[in-house]
Amino acid sequence: MKLHDPLTRYVVRLGDDALIMGHRLSEWMSRAPFLEEDIALSNVALDFVGRARLFYQYAADLMGGEVTENTFAYQRDVRDFTNLLLCELPRGDFAFTLCRQFLYDAYSLPFTQALCKSADSQLAAIAAKAEKESRYHLRRSRDWMLRLGDGTAESHERCQDALDQLWIYTDEMFECDALLDGLIAAGIAVNTEGLRSEWLDTVTETLHAATLVIPEAQGNVTGGREGIHTDDLGFLLAEMQFMQRAYPGLQW
Amino acid sequence: MGDIWELLDSVMDPEIPVISLYELGVLQDIRRDGDAVKLVLTPTYIGCPALGIMEEDARAALTAGGYHQVIVETRLAPAWTTAWLTPEARRKMTAYGVASPQEGGIACPQCGSVNTEVISEFGSTACKSLFRCVACHEPFDVFKAI
Ligand SMILES: [Zn+2]
Repeated sequence: MKLHDPLTRYVVRLGDDALIMGHRLSEWMSRAPFLEEDIALSNVALDFVGRARLFYQYAADLMGGEVTENTFAYQRDVRDFTNLLLCELPRGDFAFTLCRQFLYDAYSLPFTQALCKSADSQLAAIAAKAEKESRYHLRRSRDWMLRLGDGTAESHERCQDALDQLWIYTDEMFECDALLDGLIAAGIAVNTEGLRSEWLDTVTETLHAATLVIPEAQGNVTGGREGIHTDDLGFLLAEMQFMQRAYPGLQW
Repeated sequence: MGDIWELLDSVMDPEIPVISLYELGVLQDIRRDGDAVKLVLTPTYIGCPALGIMEEDARAALTAGGYHQVIVETRLAPAWTTAWLTPEARRKMTAYGVASPQEGGIACPQCGSVNTEVISEFGSTACKSLFRCVACHEPFDVFKAI
């Protein structure tokens, strides 16, 4: 599925981040360490899947014709997805999932705040709703960083290990490409490069309070925005898309 | 044909079935267009799976009242906020066992004490947090302030 219109490509990109993040979180359902946390992870997963639906519905409206939100979720191949690699990494242990979530939430809050000011009124409306939820998400994932980082020797070690593994994937959040440059100039897209210092402040403050250290930079891994993914996304899609691939158009 | 407002007053939030879609602030507008009735709904939380149920329930109530052409439009802006809950809706929610955020802290729906603490920011549904009353030890849901 090739998309050409810049606005549609941007909207789908935002939908992809939300869907893949939401799916990874949903994998914890019935597997979390205790009941309240199981509910919390499922709730956050629902927020992200709900966000993806709004972006995909908007993209479908922009394209017209037979395309629906489901077309984007279920009928595209791995190379068509343009989500951040950070979102697709396997869920790992609980520390890995929460560290990923914290690093993303610390980005997602200023991102949705900036998107509220988009010249595109539908994107601004979606962002205004998402921003309220992002506040909750960040407060929760920050609390977990403090509990795990400043917890037992084992929770501290697992948390630091997770951060060390995740760090090379964080730079991609701030990357700007030709698509973004054009839409930033039009006042539609968020200039993500401009969010970097606020993100780093939040992360530095929290990691310090959690007795964790900022990993040393060892280069960056990117490619998600161009559809170049880790092997893991293919497995995720194989599971998520199975029913619609096996029985196209299936309805519950 | 029944009165549209009266018919819709019977459509309750599926999660808190004592407050109507209007009291919740989800039902934003009703318009007549010839034989058709147009409803404007706004979601509370993006991830709230109840919005689809609310839409179905509103359609069913209107169909039963003789309106067979119902158009539902979803409106996102302005974004829904807990501030839209009427005092009457808050009173009904508290009586149902769900506290709502207000000045002076969060009061236990069982005993009224404001000596309460959070168990989890995320409760049984997207719109609720889970709290515990320190005075009477009862856990209870709180409608999240957004
Ligand atoms: Zn009490």
